[in-house]
Order: sequence, then structure tokens, then C-alpha cells
Amino acid sequence: MNRKFRPGAVIIVTLACLYFLVPLYATFQFSLQMRRGELSFDAYRSVLSSDVFLRAFTYSVVASIAAIIVGVLLIAPTAYWVRLRLPKLRPLVEFLSFLPLIIPAVVLVFGQIRLFGSSSILPLTTTEIGTNTLVVAGYVVISLPYMYRAIDNGMAAIDISTLTEAAESLGASRLRTIATVILPNLRSAIVSGAFLTFSISLGEFVIASLLNRPAFGPYLVQLGEDRAYEPAALAILSFALTWVLMGVMQAFALRKPNQRWLRRRTSAAGKSST
Amino acid sequence: MSQLTLRSVFKSFGATAVVRDFKLTMRDGEFLSLLGPSGCGKTTVLRMVAGFESPSAGQIEIDGRDVTHLRPAQRNIGMMFQAYALFPNMTVGENVAFGLKVKGVGRDEREARVADMLRLIGLPDLGARYPFQLSGGQQQRVALARALAPQPKVLLLDEPLSALDAKVRVSLRTEIRQIQQEMGITTIFVTHDQEEAMSISDRIVVMNGGVADQIGTPFEIYNRPTTRFVANFVGTLNTFEVKVVDPALGRVTLADQPLTLSDRPLGARAGDTLSIALRPEALRLGRSDAHETTLPARIDDVHFMGSVIRLRAMMAGVPVSLDTFNRPDVPPPVPGSMVEVSLSGHEAIVLNG
Ligand SMILES: Nc1ncnc2c1ncn2[C@@H]1O[C@H](COP(=O)(O)OP(=O)(O)O)[C@@H](O)[C@H]1O
Ligand SMILES: [Mg+2]
Repeated sequence: MNRKFRPGAVIIVTLACLYFLVPLYATFQFSLQMRRGELSFDAYRSVLSSDVFLRAFTYSVVASIAAIIVGVLLIAPTAYWVRLRLPKLRPLVEFLSFLPLIIPAVVLVFGQIRLFGSSSILPLTTTEIGTNTLVVAGYVVISLPYMYRAIDNGMAAIDISTLTEAAESLGASRLRTIATVILPNLRSAIVSGAFLTFSISLGEFVIASLLNRPAFGPYLVQLGEDRAYEPAALAILSFALTWVLMGVMQAFALRKPNQRWLRRRTSAAGKSST
Repeated sequence: MSQLTLRSVFKSFGATAVVRDFKLTMRDGEFLSLLGPSGCGKTTVLRMVAGFESPSAGQIEIDGRDVTHLRPAQRNIGMMFQAYALFPNMTVGENVAFGLKVKGVGRDEREARVADMLRLIGLPDLGARYPFQLSGGQQQRVALARALAPQPKVLLLDEPLSALDAKVRVSLRTEIRQIQQEMGITTIFVTHDQEEAMSISDRIVVMNGGVADQIGTPFEIYNRPTTRFVANFVGTLNTFEVKVVDPALGRVTLADQPLTLSDRPLGARAGDTLSIALRPEALRLGRSDAHETTLPARIDDVHFMGSVIRLRAMMAGVPVSLDTFNRPDVPPPVPGSMVEVSLSGHEAIVLNG
């Protein structure tokens, strides 16, 4: 391996780091300046003690978790079935899963409002529960590309049809096969998809705003118009949350199947060799 | 432990007929190989027995019970795949226990059985390992143990050795055969490797284009192939054109020398030409009183293979292979030299179609 010092490479990496870190540092610096003449966490205190913030944040967390559950229940069986029984349809399904990246969220929401508006057969927008349902459905759609990809990649890593057939030849029902063989092997993929869905949905603005729900995204924008230091503090907080989630995701992705979170000592583990 | 019967099984995918009129009766504890080139329908037959494909026509019976329309999980079969079939999220022990757990076997009995199975495959200490910590050969042994643990009626193996390297392949096939005999389990083994099939099977089905060309013991398949395809696919074959002299007595001539076929060319008339085949070991180097005819041949190539030496030569206008045993006191002929080769009509195989 050639490990020579390369000035060009170092300059590029440094520039890239600066590009990301300088704004972040500037925002952080600014968020600490709420009290005149000294650095303080007042802006953070102000944000975290605000009822409106807590309500908006809770709303978005709940909506995101709902979107994760619906997304996994919808996408995992679909991807499984397509791989197992309809492999010819995979390119089509893959294309469909990409559509939310091409079609803007605004189009999606106007579609929802037209289809489920007050004058439609199923006027979901007239009730709070109905509108919340539309928000969650919207989140499922915008996170579809990421969730589908995560789960489908997870399935590509194992031989889904051979494992299914092996389990069935041993007498397992389809349900048991999915629960004890397929899902456990997809766990890290599903966790990745879940975290991606979470971070996309949490700060989502267009859907929540157009459907007029008190979500975190619209709150952020509103705050940005009204206040100076609090938005900076919130931006830093969101950033930190995202990084924590990324870290957890990495930990799941890198985990070997024999590593339990709580290390249970198995008697013969690793003792023997061939 | 069980008999398996396939009654005129057909299978088509769309308009393509993949298996045609497949008939088979297996006795208790028999080890049968499905042998044939890639794409001839071996896997499809096996998957129909397992229940992963359903026949377009025909019946499959296990112990006299029609299982044609049962799901795989209801058939009580054990299956072993080419590779990557162990459950990656489970230890070796949990993999082997899976079928027992599904059946509702209690914990104590389960653990005892798993220990037995791991001992049987020679990996008694690896129960706590995960599949990714095992070599390919070890993984396949665990797959065998997992398939056998619930004591299935029929064991189905689809080219289980083809992903392994040559040495492991040879030792593991012997081991599979030993375990099969020990447990007395009725087994179908799919392979495209004729040597593999020959060495471990009670009987072999040679398949060609979805049809069972011939069913017989390795001895019968090798020495009395009934079709040209079987003769060519199994072992090496030297084919000659002979002229019929007297069909009733089996008299023919090869390069004007007389031969008497014990395999009578039915339907042939005097003056017809006929194809016959002789295995390399039926051609004897040198003049011999025990043989009917001697022909001259020119040696082209000498392959020293240890106890056997294979010679390639031109004889009666066609290239032939012949085997001779190595004798330390007699050096083999050199390429380019002229030799005499003895042969007999009663060792010839008459090829029809
Ligand atoms: N699910 C399927 N759909 C369409 N054709 C298939 C399917 N499975 C197998 N075939 C075709 O059937 C033929 C026999 O396949 P297979 O039984 O796998 O052969 P082998 O195991 O002897 O190599 C092949 O031509 C293959 O392309
Ligand atoms: Mg095959």
C-alpha cells in the first residue's frame, strides 16, 4: 500500500470538513449568545421549556413512529413476496419505490386533499384523526425509497428463498418462517430503515404545514420567523439527535449475529476449534 | 424408512415441458442419484418430491400415501441445498434443533437429539458456533444434521457438494453415504457428476431433457447403457461403425475383422452398418488369446494416472481411449509407436438411437 503523504488529498479533505463544520460551528456559537456579553445555554433552556415546542415535538415523534410501523408492515412483506414469488416484478417495484424522490411532496399533499377533501366520498380532512392519518400516510410515502432500499438490501444479503424453503422443509409454517427466520435476519436493515424514516419525518415541513398539523417542521419555520437565538439552538439539537440516531444505526448494522446486547455467556462458545 | 413412488409425473413451466413421464419406485433405505447435465430437470423432480413445485400431471406417494397436493411442511421430508441454507441468526445447535422445535419435541429430548446429530456429523463441540464461523464443508454437515434431526421419511439432496473444493467433496460424499446407511433413510441425491453418482448410489437415474433415460445400478448403467446418451454421459466410450454379417448370430465385422456381439442387433439386416461402443478397459493392449480379434493401432498420447495408464490411439480409423494397468517392470508404449489391441464382441454395447 502506498501511504505517502499527499498534500492535494489533505487539502481537499480539509476543505470538505470546513464546508460542513464552519456553518455548524457558527450556528452553535450564535446559539450561545442569547445573554448579552457572555456565552450561555439560555436559548436551549428557552426552547426546551416551551410548551409549544414540546407539543410539536411530541406530535412529530408519534407521527414518525406511526409511519415507521406502517412502513415496515407494508414494505417488508411486499419486498419479501416480490423476491420470493415475483422476481420479475422487482425492477418495477424498485422504480415505484423511487417515485417519491421524483414527485415533490406538494403534489402528494394536493393529491391527498383532492381525494380526501371535505367534498369527497371519504372526507378525511374534516376530522383531526383523519388528517393525522393523512400525515402519517404522507410520511410513509416520502420515506418509502429509503425504507424499501434498506429492507431490500437486507434481503439481498441473505438467500431469502433458500432460507424459506429450508424452514418449510423442516415443517415450519409460513408465519413461523417469517417470524423466526426472515425477520431476525432483517433486523438491522429494518432498524436502518426506521431511523431514516424517523429523521425524514421528524423535520418534515410541507405535508404537515399544508395539512395544517402542529408538527415540528412548521414549528421550526415559525420560530425562525419570530426569534433569533432559539432557531439556532433547535438546529443544533436536531443535528445532535440525527447524529445519535446515525450512531445507533451503525451499531446495529455492524453487529454480528453472535453479539447480544446483554452478553449472555454460552457455555461452549468459542472453546472448541476444528 | 420409507418407500417413495412417482407415477408418470410431468412438469411444464408455461409451454416448456421440463419433466416428462417420470416414473420411479424407491425401496426403503435406498440411495438413488438423479444424474444428468445441467438443465435436464433434476432439481425440478426433487422440488416436486419436496413440494416446492407441483406436478402438471401424475402422483407422488410416500409410504403409499398420496402427497401430491400436500405442502412441503406436511410431507415430512429433509432437504439439503447447494449452499447458504443455514439460518444465519441461529447457532449450529439452534439450526439442528429447528425442525424438532417446530414438531414440538420437548427441550430435554431436543438437546439430546442435537448432541447425537452433532456427534454423527463429527462436530460435537461446535454447537455454539454461528454458521459464518464454519468452513463450507462444516456448514454442509450441519445442514445434513439439521435435515436428519426430525427423522424425515425421505432425504433430498440437491447438489450439496458442488460448492465445495474437490478434496472435501470426495470425503464428504463418503460420509453422507455412511450416515445414510447408518440411519437407513430413503435418499435422493441430485448431481451432474457421474463419478460422484457412481461411487455412492444404490441406483442411478440418468436424465436427459426431462426424461429418465435409464434407471439401474451403477454397474448396469456403466456396463449396459441402453441409450447412446447414457453411454456417452457415463464414463468414456469408444464408438465404432461395424458391418452386419449375420444379425441372428450377432456376427459383424470391424475393419474387416470378425466380431460376435452377445448384444444381438435386433432388426438389423446383413449389410447394414451399426454403431457399437467399447469402454476403455475393454480394449486390451497387446495380443491376447482370451479376445476374439486383434487390430493394429498407433499411440498418440500416454496419460499416466497412477495404477492405471490411459492411452489415446488411432484404431480402425477412429480415435480411441484404452486403459492398461501400470506394471513397474513394463514401461508403457511411447507416442507414435505401433501396437496391437485386442477386443471381443461380447464386451461391446450396441447403440440404438
Ligand atoms: N421456475 C421456473 N420457471 C421456468 N423455467 C424453469 C423454472 N425452474 C426450472 N426451469 C427450467 O427447467 C429446466 C430444468 O431445470 P432444473 O430442474 O433446475 O435442471 P437441473 O437441476 O437438472 O439443472 C431448465 O431449462 C430451467 O430453465
Ligand atoms: Mg439443479
